[in-house]
Amino acid sequence: MYTNSRPYIFVIAILLTLFGIYNYVVYNTNGYVAAEKLSPLAVKGQQLFQNNRCWSCHQLYGLGGYLGPDLTNVYSNENKGPLYIKAFLNSSVKSMPQFNFLEEEKDALVQYLKQVDETGIYPNYDAEIEATGWVKLKYRNEK
Amino acid sequence: MKSKAPIYFLLFAMVALFMGMFFGLTASFQYLMPEFLKEQIPFSKLRPFHVTSVISWIVLCATGSIYFFLTYVEKFKLFSPLMAKIHFIIFLLTGIAIYFSFAFDYTEGREYFAFAPILIIPILIGWVFFGINYFKTLYKNVKGWPVHYWMWGTGIVFMCYHLMEAHFWLFNFFRLNFIKDFSVQWKSTGSFTGSWNMLVYGISIYLMSKIKKDSNVATNKTAFFFYFLGLTNLMFGWAHHTYLLPTQPWIRYVAYAISMTEWIVLASIIYNWKRSVLKVEKDINPMAYRFLLATDFWVFINVILALLFSIPAINFFTHGTHITVAHSMGTTIGINTTILFSALFFIVHQLYPDFKTDRKWVKRGFVSFNISLFIFFVSLIIAGAKRSYWMYVSKDGLFSEMQDSLIPYYISFFIFGIGIFISLLIVAFPIFKAFLQKIKPS
Repeated sequence: MYTNSRPYIFVIAILLTLFGIYNYVVYNTNGYVAAEKLSPLAVKGQQLFQNNRCWSCHQLYGLGGYLGPDLTNVYSNENKGPLYIKAFLNSSVKSMPQFNFLEEEKDALVQYLKQVDETGIYPNYDAEIEATGWVKLKYRNEK
Repeated sequence: MKSKAPIYFLLFAMVALFMGMFFGLTASFQYLMPEFLKEQIPFSKLRPFHVTSVISWIVLCATGSIYFFLTYVEKFKLFSPLMAKIHFIIFLLTGIAIYFSFAFDYTEGREYFAFAPILIIPILIGWVFFGINYFKTLYKNVKGWPVHYWMWGTGIVFMCYHLMEAHFWLFNFFRLNFIKDFSVQWKSTGSFTGSWNMLVYGISIYLMSKIKKDSNVATNKTAFFFYFLGLTNLMFGWAHHTYLLPTQPWIRYVAYAISMTEWIVLASIIYNWKRSVLKVEKDINPMAYRFLLATDFWVFINVILALLFSIPAINFFTHGTHITVAHSMGTTIGINTTILFSALFFIVHQLYPDFKTDRKWVKRGFVSFNISLFIFFVSLIIAGAKRSYWMYVSKDGLFSEMQDSLIPYYISFFIFGIGIFISLLIVAFPIFKAFLQKIKPS
């Protein structure tokens, strides 16, 4: 039994058009909170984060691996911060392998985590849960 | 003589599956003993091996099955058998290159695509070859496509697009703006999954129509309605992965609205449940039929879970916990793998009509696979719930203390992971042997 494809092609054409518009808008939309572009040092840190597969164990905004803690706000955490991050990097604690980051590489990673931290909050304890099932996020620097 | 390329794809896929599971088990052992081999093969090294291998299993098995159905079952003359061969060789060599890239730490990429980004070029060329071969073959042979042909075509096209999208971070336009970059990264990975689901779910509809000997399964309006619903979700439903990212709220509103359309899928499963399980069309393809029944069960469980955490208020608590892992394992093992094993049993029966698929040990393997997966899945849900409690309720204690408290669930996860591995090994062994026999030079 064969189908008449014409109406299906028409629906696909409409969906593809909407998809094109949607992608264009998504690609040209910045985050809700204005954040500075990653600096060259932060880009270097981001690349180190990728090259060493830090995402395998750690998360940013809850996305990544589950063996290590989330690092979204590790920079601004009052019990942690830049010195703590630097001390941890080559510490080889628990399942963390022995890294031998140079001082300038540590600076780059810290700068990356600093700029990630500036974009928002995770876990977001001040988010508001509404009756509709929606969650109103509290954004960085929002009163 | 028919091309052997589909069989090579299927053998390659099965090797990828067992290597992927082996890497996964070794990695999960480090949850129990963090110091175990951590300098030689740290978790961060094993995870890309595991993830890439199991994704390769799904993609290669779907590709091999589609080539097989077109050429062996439908008996279409492939537009270019040579192109299919080159497609296989490209994927094989790229697969080896990816393993080398991981072994020697050329891992400049990101999660799911950790390999050196240059390797995406041959992967894309392989998909383009597949697309040309697929569309040209069907264009010549079929008028008025049943839904599975649409689904496979859609899967191939969107696979090409989302593989490229997953590498947009290479351009500063995306990379320098962290939130946009991160959203696009997770948009692409969400839709990448949607693309392979199109291939795999298309296979399940094809198998149903063949096992039931009822082409109406793939041509009726309901089948097309669900295809378009799936396509809409593939295109616009990705953002529930990023509800907690500070993106523009409209992106999340759209995702919330689109995700909720999956209630229709759930309603349909419940409505059709009795009808589908009572059908007795299993005599010719008993194991293919059994695996499709298992798929029914796992779809049901995973749709409920996915629907629940697509509600932002629930997602808020489950995001970043093992509940997300339970969902991804539940769908890739429970749904994708059961459909693909159903396809493998169907294929082996096509190759050897006298091949007895429901042997005693195979049936035992099937049962222990489902039981192991269920306990594996539940262990992850409990571990996720406990982690969520630590994050949002108790907010007490160090991360390492929370991890230590999850060890009983990690033990269960590890043991039943071994259970899944052994069960699938038992189930797959006769098929693997039969395929090897087929490619042996006579």
